[in-house]
Amino acid sequence: MKLFVKNTRDLSFVPASVWAALFLSLTLQCYWHWSSSNLEIKRQDLSTPPKTSLIRLVSLDDSVPAAKWVMLWLQAFDNQPGISIPLKELDYGKVIEWLDLILELDNNIQYPLLAAIRFYAEVVDEKKQRTMVDYISKEFIKNPNERWPFMAHAVYIAKHRIKDQQLALACSKLIRQYATGENVPYWAKQMEIFVLEDMGELESAKVLIGGLLESGELKDEHQINFLTQRLSEIEARQNQDPDAIN
Amino acid sequence: MNQHLLRTIAKFSILEAIRDKFLIFIFGGVAVFFSLSLFVGELAITEGAVTQAALLGSALRLFSVFTISLFVITSMIREFNDKGFELILSHPVPRSSYYFGKFAGFSVIGLIIVSIVAACLCLFAPVNAVMLWSLSLQCELMIIISLSLLCLFSFSSITISFSVVMAFYILSRSIEVIQLISNSPILALGSVSHKFMNGLLEVIAHVIPDLYKFTQTEWLVYDVDIASDMAIVLGQTIIYVVFISSIALFDLYRKEL
Repeated sequence: MKLFVKNTRDLSFVPASVWAALFLSLTLQCYWHWSSSNLEIKRQDLSTPPKTSLIRLVSLDDSVPAAKWVMLWLQAFDNQPGISIPLKELDYGKVIEWLDLILELDNNIQYPLLAAIRFYAEVVDEKKQRTMVDYISKEFIKNPNERWPFMAHAVYIAKHRIKDQQLALACSKLIRQYATGENVPYWAKQMEIFVLEDMGELESAKVLIGGLLESGELKDEHQINFLTQRLSEIEARQNQDPDAIN
Repeated sequence: MNQHLLRTIAKFSILEAIRDKFLIFIFGGVAVFFSLSLFVGELAITEGAVTQAALLGSALRLFSVFTISLFVITSMIREFNDKGFELILSHPVPRSSYYFGKFAGFSVIGLIIVSIVAACLCLFAPVNAVMLWSLSLQCELMIIISLSLLCLFSFSSITISFSVVMAFYILSRSIEVIQLISNSPILALGSVSHKFMNGLLEVIAHVIPDLYKFTQTEWLVYDVDIASDMAIVLGQTIIYVVFISSIALFDLYRKEL
């Protein structure tokens, strides 16, 4: 048997006491583990995040990978060893503190905002959904031309998940007011019109479409035709149902 | 087993640590970690001493394990290369005396390291907690020493031996978490591959020591019941040191000079 040692002597050179100790201790070790082992699931609550300076120190002042690591850790926090914690049991105040920390570590990262509105806001808890929509609204204003997709999703969450038309209107209004860059598509800028229509605020929708058409901001012919058609439809609806006029 | 020979071999291992300035290095290393903990303590808004004790204890635990393992492996490889091993065993010295002499000598060096670490930690944590934590660290080091000796007898290579010891250490420290992850409700628990891996993990968990129960940092910083944990630590150390030593002796008795 040359498992470990190259030049080995015969097994008979091993004293009986060593053989006995080996088998006895192996048996004891197995028994010890079997008798004392009880896998204990330790549920961890989300803690308050450390200071940015500490994370920078630990990451040897390379904060971008640190932000990525922290984001991945936070995203997987609900899946702890041996246990899966429902999102609605997380402290969303602390989740936002962690998201803020990640944004502080990496200015250009969009992941925390995506996680906030597409992951954490999908929880079946209206209060927590509103918390995330408010958070996105606040962060959107800091860099609207880059962060408009998250705000647009916030409109969807407010309208279809929370079913709060006023909140959806406020979110879509923010997009119209702040996301004025050329990279922002018109459908996003015009979300407010459709929310107003859904709310029955036909006059307001009409004013917005009219203003948009007259401003000359729209260059695309199809876009102009679509909105003109939309305007006609609203007017037709108003004629059919005069009570809807606001 | 010859007690006199055992003491002599142990004494020369300790002398080697002194002459190699290994103990001075340990003292310097502990001082560096102590200084770093003072710096980190300044960053904490609250619970400064607790934060320092936790971070310092955790860092010194790893430092002790890594250094003692490297020292044992390099010391033994030098003895092999200088033919000191052959020289000793060419005399009427029982191989068990040689092994236990080395083990005892390295354990005393471990004890010196633990004493320096404990003296440093006493500045941040209650003395009683530090004493029990240190006893556990000594037990941990004894397991690492015996494992390092075994690896060296088996592989006769610094790189392989140290890598195996570290892999073993990391696995022993994280086996509980690995097992919990493998039982996670989000995994496909019924698949054949999962059952196989789970079974394999179960077998591995049975033959490695539960090092995650050793030298816990929470002992230093929270008022927890350490006594029951200490019984587990002592029991596990006795069983595992005997187990590893038996394998090492098995290899040693079969080794051709």
